[in-house]
Amino acid sequence: MSSQLTIHLSILLYWPAAFALLGAIAPRRIAPAMALIGALIPLGYAVVLLIDFDAARGQTLQYVTDAKWIPDLGIRYKLGIDGLNLWLVALTTLISAASALWVAFRPTERPRLFAFHFGVAETAVLGAFLAQDLALFVLFFDLMLVPFYFLVGQWGGPARVAATVKMVIYTLVGSLLMLAGAVATATLADAGPGGGISFVLSDLVRAPLPESTQRWVFITFALAFLIKMPAFPFHGWMPDTYRNMPLPVLAIFSAVLSKVAAYGFLRVALPLFPDAAVDFQLTILILALVSIVYGSAMAFTTREVRLVLGYSSIAQLGFITLGIFSLTSKGAQGAILQMVNHGLVVAPLFFIVALLAERSHGSESLRDMGGIAFRGPVLATLFLIVALATLAMPGSANFVGEFLILLGLFEAKRAIAIIAFLGVAMASVYMLRAYIRAMHNRTGTEVESRDISVRDGLVLVPLVLAIIAFALYPQAALDDGEKGVQAAVRPAQQAAQPTDTVAEATP
Amino acid sequence: MKAEAPHIDFAAISPLIALLTGSCVVLLLGLFRSGFVRTQLVPLLTVVSLGAAAGLGIWQFDDEKSVIAGSLRMDDLTHTLLMLFAAAGIATVLLAWRSLAAREAGHGEFFSLLLACVLGMVLLVAAEDLVAVFIGYELLSIPLYVLCATELRRERSLESGLKYLIIGSVGSAVLLYGLAFVYGAAGSTGFGEIARGIEARGLADDVLFLTGVGLVVTGLAFKASVAPFHQWTPDVYEGAPTPITAFMAVATKAAAFGVFLRLFDVALIGAAGTWAPALAVLAVATIVIGNVGALGQSSLKRLLAYSSVAQAGYMLAGVVVSTQLGVQATVFYLAAYLLMNLAAFAVIVVRERETDLGDDISSMYGLGASRPWLAWPMTIAMLSLAGFPATAGFFGKINLIQAVVEQEYAWLGVAIVLGSALSLAYYLRVVAAVWMRAPGEATVPARLPSAAGRPLMAGGSPEADESPLEGESQATGDGADGGFSGAQEGSDDIGARAAGASGTSGASGGATGEGQPDPAHAAAEGRTEPADPGPAPAASAGDAVRRVRQPEALAVALVCTVGTIFFGVYPSPLLDFAREAGAALGNLF
Repeated sequence: MSSQLTIHLSILLYWPAAFALLGAIAPRRIAPAMALIGALIPLGYAVVLLIDFDAARGQTLQYVTDAKWIPDLGIRYKLGIDGLNLWLVALTTLISAASALWVAFRPTERPRLFAFHFGVAETAVLGAFLAQDLALFVLFFDLMLVPFYFLVGQWGGPARVAATVKMVIYTLVGSLLMLAGAVATATLADAGPGGGISFVLSDLVRAPLPESTQRWVFITFALAFLIKMPAFPFHGWMPDTYRNMPLPVLAIFSAVLSKVAAYGFLRVALPLFPDAAVDFQLTILILALVSIVYGSAMAFTTREVRLVLGYSSIAQLGFITLGIFSLTSKGAQGAILQMVNHGLVVAPLFFIVALLAERSHGSESLRDMGGIAFRGPVLATLFLIVALATLAMPGSANFVGEFLILLGLFEAKRAIAIIAFLGVAMASVYMLRAYIRAMHNRTGTEVESRDISVRDGLVLVPLVLAIIAFALYPQAALDDGEKGVQAAVRPAQQAAQPTDTVAEATP
Repeated sequence: MKAEAPHIDFAAISPLIALLTGSCVVLLLGLFRSGFVRTQLVPLLTVVSLGAAAGLGIWQFDDEKSVIAGSLRMDDLTHTLLMLFAAAGIATVLLAWRSLAAREAGHGEFFSLLLACVLGMVLLVAAEDLVAVFIGYELLSIPLYVLCATELRRERSLESGLKYLIIGSVGSAVLLYGLAFVYGAAGSTGFGEIARGIEARGLADDVLFLTGVGLVVTGLAFKASVAPFHQWTPDVYEGAPTPITAFMAVATKAAAFGVFLRLFDVALIGAAGTWAPALAVLAVATIVIGNVGALGQSSLKRLLAYSSVAQAGYMLAGVVVSTQLGVQATVFYLAAYLLMNLAAFAVIVVRERETDLGDDISSMYGLGASRPWLAWPMTIAMLSLAGFPATAGFFGKINLIQAVVEQEYAWLGVAIVLGSALSLAYYLRVVAAVWMRAPGEATVPARLPSAAGRPLMAGGSPEADESPLEGESQATGDGADGGFSGAQEGSDDIGARAAGASGTSGASGGATGEGQPDPAHAAAEGRTEPADPGPAPAASAGDAVRRVRQPEALAVALVCTVGTIFFGVYPSPLLDFAREAGAALGNLF
């Protein structure tokens, strides 16, 4: 215990925002460099965390920062790391660093403002992962949206303003409902040390609400998370947003923000509302299943590469939701692993999309691509590795993740697991279709193929190496996550127990 | 029988005395011929008077006294709201300092009326007697009617004043009628006796009494612009001079809710079971109507008017629960609302003077690229009004939701958040206008108030003829400014330099930005810029942008913005005040 380093999570949390401010006032030439420093140091921090983390105590919070903040409202400033968020924090810092590097090589217009919003975005996402106080979580969860609103609205594609407003309104409807739910949870639980109001998660876990209250509060949280993911049928904002978001931003958005939602289920919804989680288990499993089928089907019919990835994300997030709501620790562990996996593969895929578009005369349509592999073997290799990882080729970490999810689900709901297997097969269809149509096939009319430049390689190769390393040793994440996941799922398992025995007794 | 004058505790009512004295002195000073006295000293003394009132309020803080034969209660609710009024008043003075309205109406009259209005507000929220309520209500309303019409040459301003006068008078009459009913039923005008009377006589379902309460709700709802009595709000807000609109939006609202809190949560608490559900329904209706009404507005003042209706709905929720937490939440929200609204109005004031677009949303186009010091206050004000985290509005909402959920009004909390979700549609439109539109996109025909011509209202101040166009008088660098503007030169430079710097980094900046004349240099040399030489190239697309030197308006925007962010990150100081205010009523529950 004493061997652990003292790590101030606040530094990790606010480092990107601090450099965002520096970037906003720095000369425009070095603004991207500020953003890069703002992203690289947290990455280093995260690596130290990964090494130093005590997996044997994965269920307890480590490196806790717990300070008085707003005693009147029962809100504390509490940050901590446990098995649930360790790897997601690492993922966030990694993807942000890669994206900042990408932006440093290809400066945007108005780089200072870009650097500012970029850094604030990372801080907000990290805050949502690190927060151990419900109000703080909601605060960061909502705050995430602000920088992305500006990033899409100012640097996005042609329909950017409409797209960004749609995204914010869609997702904030859920988030605001969650705000009401969160305040209701804390107010009604009165879980503070002196019987007063408290938003601290560990206090709230100890004071569960009555089941009827849990139900409506759970609905507010579930809506917020399902919209954010997005899951069918709450994905209406996704296509426009994906079409108009600048690619380096989209890499972060797709890789990390959707995970905040899935993480929210594990961190907040399951431990705090276990009875409701059991009640709504089937509903959410079915939604997840539909997401998988719908996402996959859309992914192999659309021609826009961005949307292939967007819809595939819906499908992948469906798998993750299945794992979480199998309410087994195996499934949830698979879900955590799969969150990291999906983040790791989808971010490089978006960078590759940018490279493909550069080679096919700016078009991101599969129809205008083809034959890019002939003069770009390294690019093709990188793409292939990432694509194979995405479709959960045996040997990849994604395979392990999906396998665990399905295993957990098989224990819980057999019928749903069987249908979910379909999704695994469909993933290979859409990923391979995208790969073949872009890299092989007949050369597109406007395609000018060339291999990857050293600068782009600097961004992509480390990410691909991370995928490979993770494929070789997924156990690292599983070990760290095991205890935390068990603790998160246990209340719901206990809640499910009596009903199961009744169900078994009746026939 | 020997009549005995009531004992008067002069220390307790010292804030009122400060305001009254200020009002008289300012009115008389306004008669001087000297331009310096009228245009500089008068506003300065107004600020001093408001500051003195706030200071005396702080001095009296934590003292709870019923004064003047039990007609006023100077407790922490009064003191907290007094500080809000003073803050709003000071901001209004700063915004109105160079305004056309003050010049046309005469500085002395304008600022004297403003002080009288603040005095009325303090009386209203301190009132502990039905008669005092009405006196305060009228003392607050009548100066406002006049203030709305102070841009004498602009028809809309006159229309706004007239409308407000007529509708406000109806409100007053209804309120008075209601107060009479309540008195008739309860047998007393004192709040304490009314509260006891309700219990003693079982008035909670007495028809006469409830009719009175209903009429009182209606009368106050007019003032707080609670739906369905909000119809005057958009027109009056749009027509009134913008500084006065800002003042109405924040201070009048605070006053109306102050009396709502004291009257309903103290005097009528015994009948809460009857009026609370009704008010809850009104709150939901107000939230819906306000937010829906704001959706299609292109005039920023109309938009903020509807938004103020919606916000009144949120705050009404705090009244409904009639608990200490409810009072605290309402007061906190009022304070947050003051900060974010004043920031927005300050930016509108600045842009109204700089462009010919008036308060149209297109006046905000391209602000992010050309004027970050204006763009950020507007952005943060809008995000805060929408309730985004890290702004004061977020904790305001959390506090309100806590208060309503605690009293089993969870559905009211859901209504609040759904209303906020709806409100995003128009708040974000403003933010999008600031950051994501180019100035050239402005297509709306300019509705320039015709400043020239003879005064539309007889008796217009002769001052008005001296300098009919504020832009001109600014451009010629009025010598009367003298030491005052010199002293503010420094802060002006900061703004100009920042704007210039951002111009070079602007969207279309790049290479074109480098060779532009730097406006900061010009400002530093003491020359005023009649027209923007255009660090933002798009500004040349039809609408001329004048750089009007108005550091005090910029200061209001920046101070309010910093406050919004500060209390969004660390709301405890503001919460402490709000809690004291809640406790003041809490002792009486």
